[in-house]
Amino acid sequence: MSAQEKTRVATIWLSGCSGCHMSFLDQDELILDLAKKIQVVYGPLVDTKAFPENVDVTLIEGAVANEEQQSLLKEARAKTKILISLGDCAVTGNVPALRNAWEDSAKLVLERGYIENADVNKQIPTEVPGLLEKVRPLHEVVKVDYFIPGCPPSASVINYVLTELLAGRTPNMEGRSKYG
Amino acid sequence: MSALTVKLKIDNIEVEVPEGTTILKAARDNGIEIPTLCSLEGLTNYGGCRLCLVEVKGAPKLFPACTTPVSAGMEVITNSEQLREYRKMTIQLLLSERTHVCSVCVANDHCELQSLANKLGVDHSIFERNWTRKEIDSSHDFLVIDRNRCILCTRCIRVCDEIEGVHTLDLKQRGRKAEVIMDLDEDWVNSCSCTSCRKCAKVCPVGAIYIEGEPITRTKNKDVAEFILTRRQRK
Repeated sequence: MSAQEKTRVATIWLSGCSGCHMSFLDQDELILDLAKKIQVVYGPLVDTKAFPENVDVTLIEGAVANEEQQSLLKEARAKTKILISLGDCAVTGNVPALRNAWEDSAKLVLERGYIENADVNKQIPTEVPGLLEKVRPLHEVVKVDYFIPGCPPSASVINYVLTELLAGRTPNMEGRSKYG
Repeated sequence: MSALTVKLKIDNIEVEVPEGTTILKAARDNGIEIPTLCSLEGLTNYGGCRLCLVEVKGAPKLFPACTTPVSAGMEVITNSEQLREYRKMTIQLLLSERTHVCSVCVANDHCELQSLANKLGVDHSIFERNWTRKEIDSSHDFLVIDRNRCILCTRCIRVCDEIEGVHTLDLKQRGRKAEVIMDLDEDWVNSCSCTSCRKCAKVCPVGAIYIEGEPITRTKNKDVAEFILTRRQRK
C-alpha cells in the first residue's frame, strides 16, 4: 500500500499523562498490521509542526485545559473526518478537571503551583497559554464521533476501534468501554 | 408468604411466582437480569435509582421492577431498545451529578456504577458534570465517607436501620443537595449510635463508603448480600 492510499491518522496530546499514547503503542505486534494500513501524519510521535489538512482519523488524549489546546482541538476538528476521544481525560475531564470543583480554579492552581509551592522566582508566567476557567472533555468543545474511555483505555480496545473503522464498520462499545 | 401463585409473562417467557413477588425478583428467579443499583436482596426496596424501569403491556408509563408486585396476566418487557436508551441516560445522569473519577477511586474495578456503565455501553455523558465538592468524613477510626462519590441509593441507610438495627445513617436535604449523614449530622467519630459494624461499606455499590486499610475486594465481598438475606430471614 503506497503512502497515498493509507489512512491518514493523527494523534494529539492535550491535558493528560501520555498514558493513552503508551497504550496505543502497547498494541504489540498488532500495531504492525495497523502500520500497513495507516500513516501517522501528526502527533507527539512524529515531527510535523502544524496540524495537516485532510486527516482521516484523529485520536485525542487529554482534556481541554488551556487556550492553545482549545484552538488546536478546533483546528483538528475542522481538518479531520473522524475525531475520537481517547481515554478518560478526553471523555470525562478526569483528573485534570478535578480543579473545576473550585471557584476561580485557573487562578488558584497557578498560585498554588507558581507562588505557594515555588522556592525561587515566585511569579505567574504570562508567556504560556492561559488556563481556561473550566477544564472540559472534548465533546463539550467540538463534535466527537467516537469515545474510547479508560485510564488508560486498553490496547486491545484501541486496536478494535481502529480496525473496525478501517474496515468501514461502526465500533460497538457495549461491554468494551470501561471508565478508570 | 402466600401459597397462591400468579402467572405472567416476562420477555415473552411464561413464569409462575408467589403472589406479592416483585417483578424484579420474579425476573431474577427465572434467569432474567434487570439492572439495578439501589436494590439489594434482603433490604426493603426503595425504587430510587430508576435503572430497573420496565414496560408493562397496556400501561402508559414505566414501572420500577423492584417495587412493583406482579399481577396475573401481566406482560412485562425488561429489555427494549427504549429501555436500554433510558438506562444509559440514567447512568449518564448519575455520572454527571457528582464527581465520579474512576481512575482515582478506591472502588475502581469493583464498582457497580462503573461496571453497569461498561455493560450498557455508556462511553460518554451528554450531561455536563456538576464537579461537586462535598464533605469527606474520615474522622471514624476506619470508616470513611466521600460524599462526592455517593449516588444516593440509600443501601447504607437501609442496612444500618433494617439489619444492624441502629439507624445511625440517614439523609439530609433533598434532590441533588441530599447527603448521607450520621446521627444528627455529626462527624462520624462523634456518632453515639454507630456500632462500627461496617455493613454500610459492604453494601455501598460505589466507593462512597469504604474501610480504610482494607482491600476493596474484601469489603465488597459478594457473600455479604447472602449474609444479609439469611440474617433477615431469621428475624
